[in-house]
Amino acid sequence: MLEILFISTLNGVLYGMLLFLMASGLTVIFSMMGVLNFAHASFYMLGAFFGFEISRRIGFWPGLVVAPLLVGAIGMAIERYGLRRVHRHGHVAELLFTFGLTFVIQEGVEMVWGKLPVDYRVPPSLDFPAFTAFSTNYPAFKMFELLTAIAIFAVLLLVVRRTRIGLIVQAALTHPGMVGMLGHNVDRIFMLVFGVGAGLAAVAGVIAGPALVTQSNMAGLLGPILFVVVVVGGLGSLGGAFLASLLIGLLQTFAVASNASLAGLLGPLSPSAKQQVFLADIWNVTVAQVAPILPYLLLVLILIFRPRGLMGRRES
Amino acid sequence: MTKAFVAGALALCAFGATVVPALADDTIKIGYVDPLSGGGASIGQIGLNQLKFIADDVNAKGGVIGKKIEVIGYDNKLSPQVTLVQVQKAIDEGVQIIVQGNGSAVGAAVESFVAKYNERNPGKAVVYLNYAAIDPSLTNQNCSYWHFAWDANVDIKLEALTNFIKSKQEVKKVYLIDQDYSFGHSVADTVVSMLKEKRPDIQIVGNEFHPLVKVTDFSPYIAKIKASGADTVVTGNWGQDFALLVKAAGDSGLKVNWYTFYAGGSGGPTAIKQANLPDQVYQLVEGFNNIDYKPMQDVVRTYIARYKSEPIYYPRIFNMTGMLFKAIQEANSADPAKFAPKLEDMKYATFASGDEGFMRKKDHQFFQPLYMSVFGALDAAKQPFDEEGTGWGWKPSAQIAVKDTDHPTTCEMKRPN
Amino acid sequence: MKNFLSTFGVWIVAAIVAACLPQLFGSGLALTSMSLMGMMIIFSLSYNMLLGQTGLLSFGHAVFFGLGGFFCVHAMNDVAAGKLPVPLIVVPLAGAAAGLVFGALLGWVSTRRGGTAFSMITLGIGELVASSALILRHFFGGEEGVTTNRTDLAPLFGLNFGPQLQVYYLIAAWCLVSVAAMYALTRTPFGRICNAVRDNPERAAFIGYDPQAVRFLSFTLSGLFAGIAGALAAINFEIMNAGQLGAAQSGAVILMVFIGGVGTFAGPIIGAILVTYLQVALSDVTDAWQLYFGLLFIGMVMFVPEGIAGLLLRQQPLLRERQLHRVVPFYALALLAGLVTIAGLSLAIEMANRLTAHAGDGPKMAFLHVPLNATSVLPWAIAAVLLVGGGWLFLRAARASRNAYDTALAASLAAALAHRSNA
Repeated sequence: MLEILFISTLNGVLYGMLLFLMASGLTVIFSMMGVLNFAHASFYMLGAFFGFEISRRIGFWPGLVVAPLLVGAIGMAIERYGLRRVHRHGHVAELLFTFGLTFVIQEGVEMVWGKLPVDYRVPPSLDFPAFTAFSTNYPAFKMFELLTAIAIFAVLLLVVRRTRIGLIVQAALTHPGMVGMLGHNVDRIFMLVFGVGAGLAAVAGVIAGPALVTQSNMAGLLGPILFVVVVVGGLGSLGGAFLASLLIGLLQTFAVASNASLAGLLGPLSPSAKQQVFLADIWNVTVAQVAPILPYLLLVLILIFRPRGLMGRRES
Repeated sequence: MTKAFVAGALALCAFGATVVPALADDTIKIGYVDPLSGGGASIGQIGLNQLKFIADDVNAKGGVIGKKIEVIGYDNKLSPQVTLVQVQKAIDEGVQIIVQGNGSAVGAAVESFVAKYNERNPGKAVVYLNYAAIDPSLTNQNCSYWHFAWDANVDIKLEALTNFIKSKQEVKKVYLIDQDYSFGHSVADTVVSMLKEKRPDIQIVGNEFHPLVKVTDFSPYIAKIKASGADTVVTGNWGQDFALLVKAAGDSGLKVNWYTFYAGGSGGPTAIKQANLPDQVYQLVEGFNNIDYKPMQDVVRTYIARYKSEPIYYPRIFNMTGMLFKAIQEANSADPAKFAPKLEDMKYATFASGDEGFMRKKDHQFFQPLYMSVFGALDAAKQPFDEEGTGWGWKPSAQIAVKDTDHPTTCEMKRPN
Repeated sequence: MKNFLSTFGVWIVAAIVAACLPQLFGSGLALTSMSLMGMMIIFSLSYNMLLGQTGLLSFGHAVFFGLGGFFCVHAMNDVAAGKLPVPLIVVPLAGAAAGLVFGALLGWVSTRRGGTAFSMITLGIGELVASSALILRHFFGGEEGVTTNRTDLAPLFGLNFGPQLQVYYLIAAWCLVSVAAMYALTRTPFGRICNAVRDNPERAAFIGYDPQAVRFLSFTLSGLFAGIAGALAAINFEIMNAGQLGAAQSGAVILMVFIGGVGTFAGPIIGAILVTYLQVALSDVTDAWQLYFGLLFIGMVMFVPEGIAGLLLRQQPLLRERQLHRVVPFYALALLAGLVTIAGLSLAIEMANRLTAHAGDGPKMAFLHVPLNATSVLPWAIAAVLLVGGGWLFLRAARASRNAYDTALAASLAAALAHRSNA
């Protein structure tokens, strides 16, 4: 029991931090620009492929620096020449613009790297078990993942809350005219923010690429789970996103460890219900079976009962 | 409103212009309906390449009954509905031989469409050659005269697998982990019932389902497997669900034997190498490159020279086309109504080893020797082919004879008069 | 009489056009595609009831399409098994009922808020329903889905709906009825209040209409029509599977509505026809169709955010005052330059695609039936010239067109004023 508790908690925290790593850029862009960036997963994929390409030529560590910079630059270019134009047509248009972008990036990646997965490996310097708990190894790379996520969280929080830049950026969202009049280039601020968001996605890609599968459909397979993180945490709240990542990670991991089902729970009642063929499906589903779709249930419930999310300050 | 209709009419005019049915009599058209774009394309493209390779080879030798083989690819985006539109398109363009494989959902749609089409349009028969959809319903309750299957269906594969496990005394505790959809469930259910009968001493220590391609972190599942004390895991997982599963196993240091059906699919070998699980992952197949059989290996070499990054993944496509051409020659006609009877009961020396297989007349299921192969470092002298540039490859572990793959069918086929 | 024609004329014309189309395009594929267009017109119009008219951006609209289809398939199988004398033509009502009921059920949950919260709830619900569909295998038929045979139902006036032509007419009839119903709905006070809620929910609340109730009604009705579309899909394909209620289908309908034009009634119709045509035809021409699709979409959002219908609508005052001749030459020029640009772009894309994704087929290829070698410099140079030159020309022509349009519009307005003062 202790073993399951310990291992599930550890796995949950690790998975939660991976989620936060992937979602941090999305939160940044949303909280500071108000844009729901559907192409976020595509930037994440670009990061993974750039990281792969650099790591096989130079090494993993240069890739961790260069790939996010490259993707950040691409993000800034997209903001400057695409998104900015669309901005005046409203949020729906912005969202649809990034939606179109996902097709283009996916096809571009397919053309350059093909459709098969590439062999993106964990760097040798991190390819060893960090520690063993209950005869289960925990690789050093996963610890590195965890530390990076926490570091990103700390730095972002610091920049947003404690620095002048953070203040200006936040002000630019709510009062762009006023910030502009104070002599700040609002357009450039937005461009920078979008670049940082894309760059953060790429950091996640460089790190998650070797741990997961680096393939041209990885953006699509990631699905809308990151939106769940951002929305559950509270749109635009960094702390909320961090908390939501942890919550989802733990929820999912503990659900997998459970074998409970309605049939087991309501044992004596089940025979009558089992006669209904359609009900039998619901009856016998275990919690473990539905674990990966629990976050979506959480999303719907949160939005119904607490629309501003865990730590959001405003609704939508 | 009127503008909408003008626009519609214009669109349709453009549309009509693209649909020019060209019915050339000197070619035999094979319509390949599989995913050629998006996520599924990585495997769909491999099948098309193989078909084109075979067609080029046959055409260089003068074709079949004096006619050239033409392979036309139709992208179905892995959707049954799009597939039906594409099959209709292929039929309009004069195709009477439809080849499809990926996705049992798509296979079921094609099988039922072709059967209905032939019933509603007598005299213009269309045949469906299936090289990879393996849901048992295709050759059991839903079986059709116009459908022929070359891949062993789930029941046959599991019959072979459990016959293999029967002789493995070291297997004591088996854990099942599968994707939560019909294929995963039929793997799990059948393994449980067959093992109970063949090896009652084996304990099933876990029977897990997880949603299809929704899991990014398999560590909790691995923790569960580890806690169960299993020595063997049987999984029907494919694609990302397989790759992430073995990588998580490698990370946590889980040492078990893996019995799989799709470990060799794109990305699988890379993942096994990354997870560093040598000689622990087994795959049940109808053939692989390192079987010591020269005619097959020669073809593989020519093929690799042309398609460097896309390996031969479907030896059965060679069986399928070989038997198709033989049937056309015997019937001296490319009309499915004439050559389909020749395919029934046909015996054929399989591509992978030259050993004989046969098409069972009762349900149009091809029976062939199956192989248990294992993935690991190669003996360079005898095993020349690695996978995905990993340096590792599939090595023979056991051959399962045709008789050990036998599984009865419930098919009651409606035959045309 | 004149009144009757001006009210119903367009519908009569539509009915005649729909009846005659199979005479023009009779091939199996054309019939299938037109049937597809018919159901997609209903589907995208139902989506526009949300997005265009009530301002609700839903990411899970395919849920109702899919559920409508599944209930229809089960209804067909039950009717066939029970030998009930229910003709196929009324079976889509089962889909409509399913859409209505689930629209009300899920609408009750999701329409409490508008804006982003609504979008995200629909996203979550869409994922939940699509995932559950794979788990609840008895109702949704697992991976294979549920198949049916439409000819097993009782024939109506000797029609058994086996041939695609008969199915086309069935879909066309349902399409006309649904489109007319949805059009009528926009003319009712309810339709106007939807617009008010879209534009300013506070003000709508002030004049006594609860925005939440309006959103709920709109959502439910939209579910009903999406259910009809799904039911028609089930009849057409005789198969329904979980993919039909997933994210891909929800995304497709957003594309259709947006490309056609949000907010106008004709927009989603144009979008449904165009996108369906592209979906059927584009993948034959190139396997990089997703790239073209993405570029088309980005281009539309950037340059024509009002959609094709909006673009056409803008020409209306010019047409009315006979000023169109002033702009047509500029449009033609821009179109020509645009085509040149597209030719250059797609030449480059196709050559790159051949060298990367299809390296095994060798560098020799054909573009627009012109044979070329993708490794030689000349075609790349041509592509670059076409792309850059065409692009430059297009931008200039577009600017000139805009100026010409402004001038012509001013002239039209002046002419209109002159008419009015004369009268």
